[in-house]
Order: sequence, then structure tokens, then C-alpha cells
Amino acid sequence: MKLTKVILALVAILAIAMFVGCNNQNQEQTGSTLEGKITMSGSTTVLPIAQACAEEFMNQNPKVNISVRGGGSSIGIKDIMAGTVEIGNASRDAKGKEINKAKESGIDLYQNVVANDGIAIIVNPKNTITNLTLEQIQAIYTGKYTNWNELGGPDMNIVLISRDTSSGTYEVFYEIAMKKQNIVQNCIMVASNNAAVTSVKDTPGAISYAGLGYLSSSVKPVQVNGVDPTMANVLSGKYAVARKLNMYTNGAPQGITKTFIDFILSDEGQKIVEKQGFIKVK
Amino acid sequence: MKVFKEILFKAVTYFAAIFSILALFGIILTLFMEGIPMFQEVSLREFLFSSAWYPTNEHQSFGALALFFGSLAVTIGALVIAVPIGLGTAVYISEIAGSRTKEIIKPMIELLAGIPSVVYGLFGMAFLAPFLIRNIGIDSGLNIFTASIVLGIMIIPIISSMSEDALSTVPRALREASYGLGATRWETITRVVIPSAKTGIIGSFVLGFGRAIGETMVVIMVAGGAAQIPSSVFDPVRPLTTSIAVEMAETVLGSIHFHSLFALAIMLFIITFITNLFTELFLFKKVK
Repeated sequence: MKLTKVILALVAILAIAMFVGCNNQNQEQTGSTLEGKITMSGSTTVLPIAQACAEEFMNQNPKVNISVRGGGSSIGIKDIMAGTVEIGNASRDAKGKEINKAKESGIDLYQNVVANDGIAIIVNPKNTITNLTLEQIQAIYTGKYTNWNELGGPDMNIVLISRDTSSGTYEVFYEIAMKKQNIVQNCIMVASNNAAVTSVKDTPGAISYAGLGYLSSSVKPVQVNGVDPTMANVLSGKYAVARKLNMYTNGAPQGITKTFIDFILSDEGQKIVEKQGFIKVK
Repeated sequence: MKVFKEILFKAVTYFAAIFSILALFGIILTLFMEGIPMFQEVSLREFLFSSAWYPTNEHQSFGALALFFGSLAVTIGALVIAVPIGLGTAVYISEIAGSRTKEIIKPMIELLAGIPSVVYGLFGMAFLAPFLIRNIGIDSGLNIFTASIVLGIMIIPIISSMSEDALSTVPRALREASYGLGATRWETITRVVIPSAKTGIIGSFVLGFGRAIGETMVVIMVAGGAAQIPSSVFDPVRPLTTSIAVEMAETVLGSIHFHSLFALAIMLFIITFITNLFTELFLFKKVK
């Protein structure tokens, strides 16, 4: 009997607390009068950016409702063409075929670049290699080279380390660095950027890759085609293993969609982009 | 009132027993319902006999053979380490140690069983793997060897505590008869006590096997994750559980890749099912 009373009291307190909490929130945010609904779908790489920015945007504009779905870059572009979403996320540029098809159905695929994504190729600091060409990287990961001395490095077996095939980082590496060639089967697969960095740190002969945001002094990033993997080189387009993350709209964005994309491109939005491990646009 | 209580008690225990069976059938049903659609697009032959596991590449392939060998390799490795040590521990605790030592060792080994598997994984990844690279000159510390050691340590408490239970239920009279015939302690243990406790001891091996083959976190962290058929104990492998756990997070719901992960789970289920069935049929039936 006593227990029931205690539980009832707790429930009552909770209910009051929630009520008061809600009231407070509403009072704080009467400043914004923006209203509306945005739906978007597409690339799972852009998803964390879209999600985090949407949450912050909805916090500031409580009457706006943004729903974010995944599906992949092709789905994002397809949904824009079908007119079912306001924003289609894509981790690649729209293909010529897609742009033509959109034109036929009277839709203008408008590209809004919201972030950059770049990955660095890393080796153990003990390794004397400082530069690799894309072709060499492909030859290493398809198993054509097995010792660093074949590339002018020390006499050490190459230990291949890759991210798991379901990660977005793997996708960039597979599509841009490997040009969609299969990675050899004896390649070690690790589950996170941090695990890749740790494994390279502990293994003298290792090579791996990680998002630019995850580099630490315990591993050595190598140049690709003679270009250092830096934010500046990604922005200028010199660095090869990088890509743009896009939000496609039908024509230049308008109304609330424009406000939202402007928010992502603002300093505040770009801070969120960096927090998710990506690179700013400017 | 008394009759009512009796009936209620019966009903409660009945539903408790039924619940597990329902859960089991629910799990089997889900596995097969989600796993079988894969075979509309991937042949059973490719799934069972190809070792190319490239689920997300442009030309997808779903050969589970390498994953099967990966699971088998780390599990056998773990048993090679845990069976002698676990059985040795059990014999020492039950037959040789004095009651004081027993009181200290037993809870400590049981403590080993309570450590979460992710902690074992961290130990393997952050300590054992770099240690092995430095000291035995291998290229990489993430391989069958490291995974077997970590998994082995993990299942020692299962094998030792279950075997110890089995050994301690061997009647005192048997031991005394053996000593009475002039047998030494060694002869008594190996020829009388262990054979009489055989059922329980092998049962502990089977339980250890099941624990090792189903273990996920440790193998994700230390087995290396390379989907290949290993040619040495220092090769990295990708056990079935690694693929299921790591790839499920990113796969698109309802895609072939999604269904293929359930097919891997069916494979895992069938392996443990067959092992349990064989032990039931050949071991326990004969003894009874």
C-alpha cells in the first residue's frame, strides 16, 4: 500500500515537472515565427549532417518540422525528380544521365554543396614512405605489392587495414581511391576510424585510411599524387581522395528550404558539419 | 483455497516453461523468414561454397565459406587453449587443493566469468596484439592466434566450473575403492574420477564451444575481420558473428545484404544446433 502511494507521488511530480518544462520551452522560443515542413532523403553519408542540423534548426524554430530519411544518393536524386521531397541528399555529383532525365520531366537539379569529405592514407611513423600515387594505393590494396621495399620503403611486409565495407569512409575509399576494384581478401577490416588509427599505430607495416578529422600524431599521413591531405588541399580540389556532399533541390532553394540550407552554410551550421567529422565548405 | 493455489502454481510454472519455447520458435521463425528471401537472388551453392564476401561492392557476392572457416578457426583455437587449462583447474580445485586454497581460487575464476566481453576485447586489442607484434615478430596482432587466446581465457571459467561440479559429484566411495586397490592419486584421477564425470566434462566443452562460436564483441575487436580462408594461425579472419553485427547497422532494410545477414545467422544457428544434438544423442543417451 505504501509503495503504491510513493509511486503515485513520483508520477505526479514527474507530470508537473514535464508540464512546467514544456511551458518554459514555449516561452523561450516565441521569437521565431517561421513555420513549415521540409522532407529530405538520400545519402547515408550526408544523413548525420542533415540530422544534426535539422535538430538544431527545429530547436530554434519550433514550428518547423523537418523529417530526414536515408536510402542512398540515387534515392535522394530520384525523390527530387519525383517531387516527393524538398531536399535530396547525395554524396556524389548528379550524373549527366540524371540531369537529362530531370530536365525531361521539367525539374532543374540544383546543387547545394554543404560539406566536403576527405580521407587520408595513413602509415606507421616508422615507415619511410612519404608519397603514394593512386595507382600504387590500388596495387597495394589489390595485393600486387606485399612488401614496402617494392615501393622504395623499408623491408617490411605490408599489413592492409581497411574500414568495414558498410562504413561511409570505406565507400569513399572504394569509389575514389580504388576506382571500384575489390580489396584483396586478406585485408584486415576494423569497425571505426579510431580502431584504424590505433591499429596503424601498433603495427609497423600497416597502411590504412581515416577521415581527415581523425588524424593524430601517432600515425603518419602520406601524400597522394604528391599532395598533402590537408583541409586547404581538399577545398581547392587538389587532393584526390575527397568528394563533395550535396543537397539537391528543384531549382534554387526557396522559402523555408532556403532558410534551412542557409543555416547549414552559416558559421553555426558549418560548426555542426565539422563536429560530424566532415570538412567545411569555405 | 488450497486447491486454487495449487492450480495457480502449476499454471505459473507451466507458462514460464512455455515462454522459453515460444521465444525459441519466434527466433527460429524470424531467422528463416528474413534469411530465405536471399536465395531468390543468390544461389545456395554460391552462399555455401564461395569464399568471396563482397556485400556492398558494385558486383555483390555473398560467399559465406570464408566466414564459416573464420568462426571455426577461432572457436577451435579457443578450445585448444581452454580445454586443458579449464580441465586442469577443475581437477586441481576438486581433487588436489585444500579447502582454504579452494575458497580463494574458486571465486576468483568465477570473477573471470563476470567480466564483460568488450573488456576482454579491449585487453586483446590494446595489450595482447601489440605485445605479440613486439615479442614474436608477426606482422599484425589481429589474427586467429590472438582471438583464440582471448576467447580461450573467456571460456576457461565455463569449462572449469562445470567440470568441477561434475568431478565433485563422483561418489567418495569410488575414490576410496581405487585407493584401496593400491592406485596412486594420479591413477585414481585419470582412470576413475574423470571417466565417471565424463558426461559433465564433455558437456562443459560443448557449452564452451557454444559460447566461443557465438561471441561477437571479442572477435570484432581482435580477429581482424578479413573475409578469407586462413592458411596460418597468424592470418586475420572474419567470423560469422562479426559480419552480422558490424554490417547490420548500415544495411538497407529488406535488401539482399540485409537478408544475407539473417542467412549467416541461420548458419550459426545450425552449427550450434547440430553440436547440441550430437552431444545429446551420443553422449547423454549412452550413459543413461
